[in-house]
Amino acid sequence: MGSTTLALPRPAAYKRPRLGGAYAQRGIVTLWLSVMVLLPIAALITRSFDEGLAEFWDEITRPEAIAALELTLVVSLVIVLINMVMGTLIAWVLIRDEFRGKGILNSIIDLPFALPTIVAGLTLIALYGSNGFLGLDNFVATKLGVITALLFVTLPFVVRAVQPTLLELDRDMEEAAASLGAGPLTTFRRIVLPNLAPAVLAGAALAFARAVGEFGSLILIAKATQEVSSIYIFKQVEGGNITGAAAVSVVLLLVSLVILFGINFIGRRSVKYDR
Amino acid sequence: MTANAASLGQGRASKWGLRTVALVYLGLLLILPVIGIFFEAISYGIGTAIDAVTTPEAQHAFFLTIVMCLIAVPLNTIFGVLTALVLVRQKFRGKAFLNALIDLPFAISPVVIGLALLLLYGPRDSWLGEWFFENGIQIIFSPIGMAIATTFVSLPFVVREVEPVLREIGTDQEQAASTLGASGWQTFWRITLPAIRWGVTYGVVLATARALGEFGAVSVVSSNVAGETETVPLFVARQYELLGDHVAGAYSASIVLAILALLTLASMNLIRRRDKVAATPTTIAIAPQVTEPTDEEDPR
Repeated sequence: MGSTTLALPRPAAYKRPRLGGAYAQRGIVTLWLSVMVLLPIAALITRSFDEGLAEFWDEITRPEAIAALELTLVVSLVIVLINMVMGTLIAWVLIRDEFRGKGILNSIIDLPFALPTIVAGLTLIALYGSNGFLGLDNFVATKLGVITALLFVTLPFVVRAVQPTLLELDRDMEEAAASLGAGPLTTFRRIVLPNLAPAVLAGAALAFARAVGEFGSLILIAKATQEVSSIYIFKQVEGGNITGAAAVSVVLLLVSLVILFGINFIGRRSVKYDR
Repeated sequence: MTANAASLGQGRASKWGLRTVALVYLGLLLILPVIGIFFEAISYGIGTAIDAVTTPEAQHAFFLTIVMCLIAVPLNTIFGVLTALVLVRQKFRGKAFLNALIDLPFAISPVVIGLALLLLYGPRDSWLGEWFFENGIQIIFSPIGMAIATTFVSLPFVVREVEPVLREIGTDQEQAASTLGASGWQTFWRITLPAIRWGVTYGVVLATARALGEFGAVSVVSSNVAGETETVPLFVARQYELLGDHVAGAYSASIVLAILALLTLASMNLIRRRDKVAATPTTIAIAPQVTEPTDEEDPR
């Protein structure tokens, strides 16, 4: 290699590669997100307070609105708890177990993300509805139906959050615990679970956020007797009570934002914990 | 790992137990229902099923759904790549705020998104809609509003898939290209884009799947007129509620959507095999920022 092949004509001339300049890029992105996301949300919040704070309060404390919010929170909590247990279990089986068809099973986990929500609801009705193959009399228009639909659409969150953490988990710790005489359950509870907890919680928070707002998979299953908040809002819009719909929407939005910031907080903590 | 028999699930009995519980749960919740819908559609007779999705109304619904995707996905791809570039490569005040805005479409109920758009673009009592309406452009209750809703709900995917890849590739090659005299556009087309192509593809696949199937936001801003403002998911819901023979239409249109979803899964798998960074399991979990890509794990 000749030492003179690379002459450096402009030692300090490097400029960051640019597409129309950093400020222009930043401006376009800010404008795009503002028009697409910020402006509609701002319109929603403004509108909910249009007729004053008292009217806002009246709308969200109407018995039907409270019942809808309550139902939403209850079913969301139930499915989150089930997801935390079953999601962790499925992730465990997919990472630690070996059997034929595991690869296919692993890809199918994402199906609820890919399948349109209205189809998700319809598939469950086709199987469990009163005329279905495994027909249940109390599926459509019951809490069981709503919870099943929510479990379907939120299935991937905990599984996909736990899998990578479980993959990286050092098995030496488990073996050390075992060799010191800890039983399988003790090892799981004292060694594995504390390491997985941040991932489980992150997945659970996403599942909760999704369940709180879910609409498509519930519209055919919930009917009038199981009116969750999203369906309540939809009916208020159809009935012309825009202020009421906007007020309950703002409450849902608030719940979502609290969860969103919660996720980021958990995320930051777990990243720190990893290192 | 036979020495590790004491770990949960490694013992023979508990291993089979856990596997059985997982399989039964997934079978009842996921696999049987999806198989069931195929049988349900066929149970009306294959002829009926085919007739039901080839009526002019159904054809228009498919046409409109494709149009929605063709508007939302390219928009979200172009702006998504640009947004990812800005978020990864630039430091500025308010970046955290923009970051939070990108997550909103995942965090908000589709119905709330629809309502928000109604209040911004509606023909009456809205911020911008009245002006458009007076100038002869109706946004809400027309395909324009439905396209905006579809774009809104599928906005985060490309950004969130491209970000980790951009962080991973760094700027060394771009700097080299630039030093050798390449312009900003040349660097982008020849260096950056090829490096992030699988991340972009993955984001496009996810955004398309979401755009195809969006129901809640679109149903609020649509006038729900068959053959005019009805996408396939809206068609499915209406056919189902019409009862009688129409239910066959709901199921057979659902099958088309389910097949598209399975194709989505297949392409996700293909891409995942091609590029691990673009498609680690967490990134699809719509879990922004939950797990930063770890530095230790470098598949290249």
